[in-house]
Amino acid sequence: MIEDPGVLTKALEALLVEKGLITSERIDELVKSYEEDIGPLRGAQVVARAWSDADYRKRLLEDGRSAVAEFGYIDPHGAELVAVENTEQVHNMVVCTLCSCYPWSVLGLPPAWYKSFAYRSRAVSEPRSVLEEFGLRLPETTEIRVWDSNSDIRYMVLPQRPSGTESMEEKQLAELVTRDSMIGVATIESSNLESA
Amino acid sequence: MDGVHDMGGMHGFGRVDPASDSPYHEQWEARVHAISTALAAPGGGRFALESLSPEVYLASSYYERWLQARINTLVAHGYITQQELDVTLDRYRQDPAARLPADDPARYETALAETGSRGQKDVESVDPVARFGTGDQVLVKTTHPKGHTRLPRYVRGKPGKVIRVYRAQGFQDGEPMSDHTGTQPMYAVWFDGLELWGDHAEANSSVVLDMWEAYLQ
Repeated sequence: MIEDPGVLTKALEALLVEKGLITSERIDELVKSYEEDIGPLRGAQVVARAWSDADYRKRLLEDGRSAVAEFGYIDPHGAELVAVENTEQVHNMVVCTLCSCYPWSVLGLPPAWYKSFAYRSRAVSEPRSVLEEFGLRLPETTEIRVWDSNSDIRYMVLPQRPSGTESMEEKQLAELVTRDSMIGVATIESSNLESA
Repeated sequence: MDGVHDMGGMHGFGRVDPASDSPYHEQWEARVHAISTALAAPGGGRFALESLSPEVYLASSYYERWLQARINTLVAHGYITQQELDVTLDRYRQDPAARLPADDPARYETALAETGSRGQKDVESVDPVARFGTGDQVLVKTTHPKGHTRLPRYVRGKPGKVIRVYRAQGFQDGEPMSDHTGTQPMYAVWFDGLELWGDHAEANSSVVLDMWEAYLQ
């Protein structure tokens, strides 16, 4: 829609720098932090600890923001973080129908599909069809519960721990946890175990 | 406002493409993101996005929307003028490799202090008492505010059940709900898919939305 968004962005940055409203140094810092510091590895560590440590799991489910702060993961805007637990009875998935809210203090930047009109429009009304597009088919006895993040409360999914992982250490467990499983569009299949 | 951004339940956008995965496609997108983070949008970033015309909203990529919305609101609130932007744009169109101007740290500090105070939210020190508790049946108001709201259309007028009570949260809706500034009790409200989508609901599906108390009857 915009003829050349790259040049327009540069012009906007230049103008804002000239007016002292931003500095390019600050912009560089932020770009670097998105690219390097924050990513779904954080969420995977949180999940692995919750699987390994029953007390931690309890703290995470009761007060997610404080529990992830134990790792030093803090949302700079002070957003709440709520972890919702998958069970045989309930499978949780997360969307933001109005915009693109995402638990980025633990998962980093949202993937493009999360912000797509198709996902935003259909996740709430056709969650099973959407999950099938991700290759996930769940029994009708499992409730599909879609968390539409419309406020500053951000949601992450605590996936089910796969069977056959009882002897694994926290670090190994974290390697099994995918970003998509923490958005709730995937489960952690035993197929992941072989590749880990 | 009842804009095209309020997409929950709409038809026609096709299948989800899980292969479309990368957060950014081009370098400028990361800079737009960073500029939007570094400089709070006067009038609210979300409202600026929602105020794009439906044609522009639907035809633009995610960061094109951010870029255009940010420019619109900076111009509307007098931070920059369209003419200044056009002149600067011409300069970079003629020489796309031209360097950015040097930072002005002293001026930035002053501007930061000013925008910081402008962006402060009105937060009450005492949490208001919650009218509802976990397990309560609630009914969402039917309303069509013209300003910013976090209440999606698809849930208005629908019955639900409180499943969590949160710490009070700053209310962010604009006109015509401006009576409800400050913090409000916040609930996670569960809605049965059948109540939302009737006979088109998929089996055993539900939605949970965060509801400021003003959204509930």
